[in-house]
Amino acid sequence: MKLILIFVLFLLALYISLPLQKKFNLTLGLDLAGGSHLVFEADTSKISPEKKKTSLSSLKEVIERRVNLFGIAEPNVQTSNFEGKDRIVVELPGVKDAKQAVDLIGKTAQLVFATVQLPDSTASAELTNEAKQEYAAMIPTDLTGADLAESSVAFDETGGQPSVSITFTKEGGEKFARITGENIGKRVAIILDNQIVSSPMVQEKITGGQAQITGKFTLDEAKKLSIQLNAGALPVPVQLIEERTVGATLGAESVAKSVKAGIVGIIMVCLFMILAYGRFGLVANLGLIVFGVLTLALYKLMGVVLTLPGIAGFLLSVGMAVDSNILIFERFKEEKGQRSVANALEVSFGRAWDSIRDANIATLVTAFILANPLDWSFLHTSGPVRGFAITLAVGIGISLFTGIVVSRNLLRVFIKEKK
Amino acid sequence: MMNWMKYRWLYLFISGVVIAAGIFSMLKWGFKIGVDFTGGVVAEYRLKSGEDKIFRYGPLSKEESEKIRQDFASQGATEIMFESVGPSVGPELVKKTIFALLISASVILFWITYQFKSFKFGISATLATLHDSLVLLGLFSIFGHFFGTEIDFLFVTAILTILSFSVHDTIVVYDRVRETRKKIGGSMTEIANMAISQTMVRSLNNSFTIIFMLAALILLGGSSIKWFAAALLIGTVSGTYSSPFVAVSLLVTWDEISNRFMNKSSEEV
Repeated sequence: MKLILIFVLFLLALYISLPLQKKFNLTLGLDLAGGSHLVFEADTSKISPEKKKTSLSSLKEVIERRVNLFGIAEPNVQTSNFEGKDRIVVELPGVKDAKQAVDLIGKTAQLVFATVQLPDSTASAELTNEAKQEYAAMIPTDLTGADLAESSVAFDETGGQPSVSITFTKEGGEKFARITGENIGKRVAIILDNQIVSSPMVQEKITGGQAQITGKFTLDEAKKLSIQLNAGALPVPVQLIEERTVGATLGAESVAKSVKAGIVGIIMVCLFMILAYGRFGLVANLGLIVFGVLTLALYKLMGVVLTLPGIAGFLLSVGMAVDSNILIFERFKEEKGQRSVANALEVSFGRAWDSIRDANIATLVTAFILANPLDWSFLHTSGPVRGFAITLAVGIGISLFTGIVVSRNLLRVFIKEKK
Repeated sequence: MMNWMKYRWLYLFISGVVIAAGIFSMLKWGFKIGVDFTGGVVAEYRLKSGEDKIFRYGPLSKEESEKIRQDFASQGATEIMFESVGPSVGPELVKKTIFALLISASVILFWITYQFKSFKFGISATLATLHDSLVLLGLFSIFGHFFGTEIDFLFVTAILTILSFSVHDTIVVYDRVRETRKKIGGSMTEIANMAISQTMVRSLNNSFTIIFMLAALILLGGSSIKWFAAALLIGTVSGTYSSPFVAVSLLVTWDEISNRFMNKSSEEV
C-alpha cells in the first residue's frame, strides 16, 4: 500500500520535474541565466524619518515601473536595510546592456520647467546668446515632471533628431498655457536633474497641453528619458554600490558544466554504493533517484531560484541523503548477526533514525539561519548564501523522507522476496 | 577492537601541526581577499582574438567603470562578466557573516548539550567545528600565497557548510557513544573506542560519496565554483577526521581530567 503511494508520488514528481510540460519551470538565477544584479543605496538623509518609509516604497515602485517599461521580463526589485542604510536590490535577468540599465534606473529624472530671468535687458544686449544664458537666473515654476500624463520619443521635423514629446495632464496643460502666456518672447528652460536640457524661446501661448524637449539626444538617450518621465522621478536620489553582471554565454557554460559534473558525480556515488553494499546499494540508488526527482519537483513548485551555490547545496544534500542509507546499512550489518533479517532491518531503521534525526536537525538549523526566511536585516537577505541554504534545506528535508520512508519500504519488499 | 584512544595525543598533535601551519601563514601572508570584501571591479572579457581574460581594478566611480566598458566594447571585446562592488559592501558582509556564524555555533552548542545532556559534548563538538574552520582558513591562506586563491563570498558559504557537515558527522559518533554508554557502560575510553570502531566504516563511506560529488565539481564544474568545491572538499576531509579524532579525543581527555579532579577532591575529603 505504502509502496503504491510512494510510486504515485514519484510519478507526480516526475511529471513536474520533466521539462515536457510548460506549467512548472525551474527558475535559474542570474549567474546561470545571465543578467545583472544591481544594488543602489538611497540617500535618505534629507528626508524626515516619518516620511522615509513611504518614500522608499514609492522609490521601489518608480524603479519597478522604469524596469518594466524598459522591457525586461521578470525583474525583481527589493528593498533592504542594514544599519540604517537603505538599499534597493534590482535583479534583471537576461539584460543585454547592463550599462544602459544602470543609467536608466539610477537617474533621478527630476523635471522642472523654469522661467528665465535675464540680468538686465539693456546691458545684456551686447552679450551673445550663450553668455546671456550663463548670466540668466532660473526661476522654477510649479510645472514639474509630476504634471506629465505621458511622454514618448519623437523626431524633429527639420533635422530628424530624436527628441522627447510630452503630454501634460489637464492641470499641467493649464499651468503650461499660463507660463507660456506670461513669457511670450522670453525663454522657458527645461531642467532635468539640475541641468538645463533646453531653453526654447516662447513664440506664443501654447494651449494644446503638449510640448517637446529637444536637446542633443541620441536615440537611446531619448528613449531612456522618455521611460524615466513616464515612470516618474525617483523620490530620493540613489547611488549604485554594487553591480554583478554575468553574460548569457558564461551562464550557459556554467549550467552545462554543472550538469555534467552532477551527472558524473551521481554515477560515481551510485557505483560506489553498489560496490560497497551490493544489492542494498541498488535499493539506495533507487532511493536516490526518487530523491532527485522529488527535489527537482519541489524546487519548481516552491519557485526556488537555482544559482551556482544552489547547485552545490543540492549536491551536498545528495551526499547527506546517501548518508542516511549508509547509516542504516552499517547498522543492519551489525544487527544481522544477533537476530532475524527482517527484525534486524526494523531495529536498524529505528536505531539509525536517532543519529539521522539529530545530525540532520543540526544541519537544518544552520541552513535555516543562512536562508534567513524571516528576513532579519542583520543576516544575509539575498545573494549566494541564501540560494545555497535554501537548496540545502529542501534537500535535507526530502532526504529525511526518502532515507526513511522510501528506502525502508523498498528494503522491506526486497527482504520479503528473499525469503 | 582497536584502541583508538591510545593515540589520541597523536591525533591532536597532527591537527595542531596543520592548524599551526595555517596560523603561521595567516599571520605572515594573511589572505588574498576578493572584491566582495575589499570593493573594486573584476571584469572578464572575451577579446577579439577569442581569448578570455580577467581584469581587476580598485574601486571605480560610475564614470570610470563606464569608460572601461566603452573601451572594451570599442575594441570588439564581449563582456562575459562584470562585477563592481562598492567599498561599503564588504564590512556589511563581514558583519552579517559573523552574526550568522555566532548564531549557528551557539544554536548547535545548545542543541548538542540538550541532546546529550552534557556541556562536555556540546563544547567538544563546537571545538571540533572550530578546528575544521581553522584548518580551512589556514589552508586557504597558504593557497592564497602560492596560487593566488581569493577569499570571496562563496568561501564564506563553504565555511558555514562545513560547520554543519562537521557537526552532522560528530553527532553520529556521539550518538554511538551515548548508546554504548547506556547499554554496555565502562570507562569513557572504552566506550569511545567502541563507538569509533562502529562508526568508522560509515564515516569513511559517507565521506567518499561526498568527496566523489565534490571531485566531479572541481574537475568538471566551471571555474567560478572550482575553489568553492575545493573548500568544501577540504572541509569534508577535515570534518571526517575531526569527528572521531578531535571531538571524541577532547571528550575523553576532558572526562579523564574531570575524573582525576573529582577523585582528588574526594580523597582529600
